[in-house]
Amino acid sequence: MKLKSRGEMVFEISNYILLSVIMAACLLPLLNIAAKSFSSEAYVLAGEIFIWPKGFTAAAYEIVLGSRRFWDSFGNTVFITVVGTALNTMLTIFAGYALSRKRLRGQNLIMFMFIFAMLFSGGIIPTYLIVKEIGLLNSLWALIIPGMVAPFNMIIMRLYFYNIPDSMEESAKIDGASNFKILFSIMIPLAMPSIATISLFYAVEYWNNYFDALIYINKHSLFPLQVYLREIIINASSADINNLDLMMNTAQESVRGATVVAATLPILLVYPFLQKHFVKGVMLGAVKQ
Amino acid sequence: MKANASIAEPIKTKKTSKAWKELLMDYQLYLMLLPGLAVLIIFKYFPIYGALIAFKDYNLLDGVMGSKWVGLKHFQSLFSSDKFYSVFINTLLINLYKLVFQLPIPIILALMINEVRNTVFKRFSQSITYMPHFLSWVVVSAIFANLLSPTNGIVNVFIGYLGIDSIMFMTDERFFRAVLVASSAFRESGWSSIIYLAAIMAVDSQLYEAARMDGASKLRQIWHITLPGIRSVIVFIIMLRLGAALANDLEQVLMFYSPMVYNVGDVLGTYVYRIGLGQMKYSFSTAVNLFQSLIGLALVVIANTVSKKFGERGLW
Repeated sequence: MKLKSRGEMVFEISNYILLSVIMAACLLPLLNIAAKSFSSEAYVLAGEIFIWPKGFTAAAYEIVLGSRRFWDSFGNTVFITVVGTALNTMLTIFAGYALSRKRLRGQNLIMFMFIFAMLFSGGIIPTYLIVKEIGLLNSLWALIIPGMVAPFNMIIMRLYFYNIPDSMEESAKIDGASNFKILFSIMIPLAMPSIATISLFYAVEYWNNYFDALIYINKHSLFPLQVYLREIIINASSADINNLDLMMNTAQESVRGATVVAATLPILLVYPFLQKHFVKGVMLGAVKQ
Repeated sequence: MKANASIAEPIKTKKTSKAWKELLMDYQLYLMLLPGLAVLIIFKYFPIYGALIAFKDYNLLDGVMGSKWVGLKHFQSLFSSDKFYSVFINTLLINLYKLVFQLPIPIILALMINEVRNTVFKRFSQSITYMPHFLSWVVVSAIFANLLSPTNGIVNVFIGYLGIDSIMFMTDERFFRAVLVASSAFRESGWSSIIYLAAIMAVDSQLYEAARMDGASKLRQIWHITLPGIRSVIVFIIMLRLGAALANDLEQVLMFYSPMVYNVGDVLGTYVYRIGLGQMKYSFSTAVNLFQSLIGLALVVIANTVSKKFGERGLW
């Protein structure tokens, strides 16, 4: 190691300190909500909770996890996320791979169609009318199918396939492999980091989707988690409460906090596992060319 | 087996069978494209056609085709409405603030993370700063409501110590836009820094060696080597931002605003949503939306042209 100058030391130390402050700013708000969700009413109302719960109680969680509506919406969100991510990823791989083959005729036109759709949209109302005409209103499919093509991710996927050496494909072709075979047994395994990345993006998007549900769904039993969560945040008493005694002694803020935690934890748990992949994936997309 | 069979065949048939085979393989490629294209056409291109209702008096019974043409009537009423102008200006201002304040933060963050030598701390700081990107706007708005709560939010408790009266940040016109900018900085800064970080790592390390020989300080190295080195990525990001500028804050604003701050917070997206689906003024709100889409498209095209003129890479 080289000897560091005084200036470099100062720089380094202040860098660590500043980064720690930024990290705290990212983490503390969430910890604060979590702490409130585990604290008893008096402390919450007095504003005494920072990041450590006081008067520890899980009552808010009993309310949230005992609510039928929470589980209904949780189930809806899991369904949308799992099915949507699977379908969306598959479509993205298919389109990205097909368009990455240089010999494909009509490729320029099709690419233009994808890119134009990314830059220009007919708007909320015409899209709503199409969804309605097709009969998807008040169906969970309305939250999956219309968004099933994401041009941006398709382009990233295409680029990835494009950069896989042609020799891979050619040798498989000589062995008589079909395009489907080549895709599934050669290309997809090679593109796993990229696929992990886009599927994480899709999963997060489906999990966090609020607006589509707001316009396409008005049946309470079909509400996804985010819509339910929003209701709770605005008005904690609408969590259909089975246990009034519990509710009486629990601050609304604790109930809100518990709902936020319960609705966010699952997606936050997925992300560290995929982080290694997506950082690589995003970077590949960024540094190319 | 296969090879033997083709050797036995005359050359001509071999050629045609190969061509046929290639066509067959490509037919599989088209099959792969089919579902994606179908969704694209139905849910992206049909709505673009459906946007014709901006020039019609849409009614449910007659549909897009059957409704009566009214020319530019809806655009005229849009351009003569004060409400529209205030919404348009809000949209521009909020996006301008976001561009100005949010562009440097991820760059600075990436520069800082890049300087960290301790790999554990480096990984940790990356993970933590990306994390807010995975929170929905619903959750982020809950977090901010919690932090900024006038009764027991941390921010107001803190400024209380300083002897300042508590402020209703979320419902005060003076602070609402700042809340929007701060919340999107909170959610996206770490995430946006990934790309800059990747670009910084691609900068030639010999340049730093040479600079250090010449006695350049860390800050000078950043200013003279790193920043010019990632300039093209910065331009690229600005361009992407501009393209999405008018359309991307709908959900955020929807979560944060309330009638108290409509004056400063209502943006094109929320306006279209309220007027369109709330009051069922389909044609009028589609006209607003179309205007928004056109301005957005124009911004990207202009940015792309300018960027290419200055020798940077374009979006296409």
